[in-house]
Amino acid sequence: MTDIPTVAPQLYLQSRSRWRPIEIVFWLATLLPFWLFPDYLSLASQIAVASLFALSLDLILGYAGVVSLGHAAFFGLGAYTAGLFSIYVWGEVFTGLIAGAAVAALVGYASSFIISRFRHLTLIMITLGLGLLLHEAANSAGWLTGGSDGLQGIEVWKVAGLFSFDLYGVTAYSYTLGVLFVVFLAARRLINSPFGLALRGIRENFVRMPAIGADSNSHIRKVYTISAALAGVAGALIAQTTQTVSLEALSFERSADVLVMLVLGGAGRLYGGLIGAAVFMIARDQFSGIAPQYWYFWIGILLVVVVMLLPNGILGGLSKIFARWSRR
Amino acid sequence: MKQSLYAGVAVAVMALLPAGAQAQGTVKIGIISAYSGQFADTANQIDNGIKLYMKQHGDTVAGKKIELIRKDTGGPNPAVAKRLAEELIVRDKVDILAGFTLTPEALGAAPVSAEAKKLLVDMNAATGIITTKSPYIVRTSFTLNQVANTLAEWAVKKGGVKKVYTMVSNFGPGIDAEQYFQKGFKAAGGEIVGSVRMPVANPDFSAFVQRAKDLNPESIFVFVPGGAQPAAIGKAFAERQMDPKKIKIMSTGEAVDETAVKALGDLALGRISGWHYDYNHHSKVNEDFVKAFNAEFKRNPDFFAVGGYDGMHLIYEALKKTGGKADGDSLIAAAKGMKWESPRGPVAIDDKREMVQDIYIRRVEKVDGKIVNVEFDTVKGVHAE
Repeated sequence: MTDIPTVAPQLYLQSRSRWRPIEIVFWLATLLPFWLFPDYLSLASQIAVASLFALSLDLILGYAGVVSLGHAAFFGLGAYTAGLFSIYVWGEVFTGLIAGAAVAALVGYASSFIISRFRHLTLIMITLGLGLLLHEAANSAGWLTGGSDGLQGIEVWKVAGLFSFDLYGVTAYSYTLGVLFVVFLAARRLINSPFGLALRGIRENFVRMPAIGADSNSHIRKVYTISAALAGVAGALIAQTTQTVSLEALSFERSADVLVMLVLGGAGRLYGGLIGAAVFMIARDQFSGIAPQYWYFWIGILLVVVVMLLPNGILGGLSKIFARWSRR
Repeated sequence: MKQSLYAGVAVAVMALLPAGAQAQGTVKIGIISAYSGQFADTANQIDNGIKLYMKQHGDTVAGKKIELIRKDTGGPNPAVAKRLAEELIVRDKVDILAGFTLTPEALGAAPVSAEAKKLLVDMNAATGIITTKSPYIVRTSFTLNQVANTLAEWAVKKGGVKKVYTMVSNFGPGIDAEQYFQKGFKAAGGEIVGSVRMPVANPDFSAFVQRAKDLNPESIFVFVPGGAQPAAIGKAFAERQMDPKKIKIMSTGEAVDETAVKALGDLALGRISGWHYDYNHHSKVNEDFVKAFNAEFKRNPDFFAVGGYDGMHLIYEALKKTGGKADGDSLIAAAKGMKWESPRGPVAIDDKREMVQDIYIRRVEKVDGKIVNVEFDTVKGVHAE
């Protein structure tokens, strides 16, 4: 961050938003599973969904410094909305995504008035509480959500009228990857805008930002709503690709898992959530294949090692090594 | 040196052969279960049942070697269960899906079984609708209505009870139990004097029990999830001086399982329950089963274990009938109408691919200083609705 004062703000933002070769390589690499691991496409599509969910958390946690332990609330809202939409309206997927995002954004906007007033520990407790409230509400509303059995009877149409969701997950992965890419572009644009810069300012000093003309509260309300909408898209994707939704989508475990993914990958970096989700899900798949009973033990070790050796996550560590190497 | 070279060549040849040819000598079973998290013990008991059956009957049947691939869902997560089912079929080329600790897991995997035409053996998940979701699903556990409905009818017709107050936990299985019990009770001519749904997480039972006591009902039907709650509600009954010997306290088997009864001690005496399996069931088959189970795992089997054990029996017998053909259509045809003597008693598979089994009416009694469930009446050949 030492280079900020030396360049004009517009130039700084412009330089940030230029595509670097490594990014292009990254996105090309996401296509590799189609040829290299055709048997792992279902997993790949769930990684894409988890990445999107982690990205949505990154917007508020990594950039604006809003700690949330209840982000699954929006994921679940999106999932249930998309599921119910396919049952009661129609099975077209893109409108289902929009519906999921809209409902999550609406609830996100409503709760952002509470969220923007608090920081730190209080915030953790409030988001945790809101998440639990929604989980219990969905449990009680068994007539609508199917309660603990999960929502039944979701049927989605073919994507764009052509591709139906198959056993091998080809459609599922193409679809989720496409949505992830579009959402990522939007998030990237958002972060590399003056608004994104203001968010980072809020993260560093919440009180000082209003003094230089950026109202912290209203910025947090906006980004929280956007983040909720993106989490809703992720939830809608999982509902559509798996055609099931259960209370698990709203559970504390899901909120905690996404936090772990983000911490693993590196919060406050656009690719942090994506890398973290991939590492977490692949590690989980491999470990639980070896030891179905004790795989969480290895995830725990992985987390402890990453946090101790690379305090800013995998990406933070990599960029540090890269910086040291290029200085020489 | 030469040997290892041969082995290397053999491995290389094996790897080059198409998967179909390799699978000729084996039948792969993918076990999807909640091996980690809150329900890990349930999954482990199912697994113990599976292991014991394979130990007793060998790992080869109808000339095929049985190979298990275990996958963990971590809890009631249908999306993960669905993905695991897809991966097991696509990647690991399994012939049969089995396990299923929880209803959401089974519901997640059910469409995959239907699409891929693979036999799915539900060894535990107990919600009625599961078997309707794919024509290749067969269940070797029980359904809640099988137990609750039967207990309700028995209570009115033979138990001499006309009025009941129902207390259930406010979640899926609790609500199911309430509805099936009330339906059965009313159909048999009984009267429901009231009902309450209690919070499922850490409830304080004393207020609910007091309310039940104020109504002074002839009998009470209780359903709470297994774990610490059966003992907690049992203690609440005792604190309010509600003696199971005077007011009939009825429940399904989870509420008076081995752990609950041990925790309650004398306070559990007189509790009545309807259930399909107890390690204390008297039959030669069961006594051998319990003995072998204890020798292997140093604990008593429970209804989870017997679900896994019977599930493996069904798979073995179906493979024998088809001569090792492991496609879904042959196996499900072989499974229908199957009859055998299980540790729980005589069982059969009906056309709806559900267990037909005896439901035992039991009372908690002290036998030789040990507090156990004693079967004193049997409702024979109960079908799942």
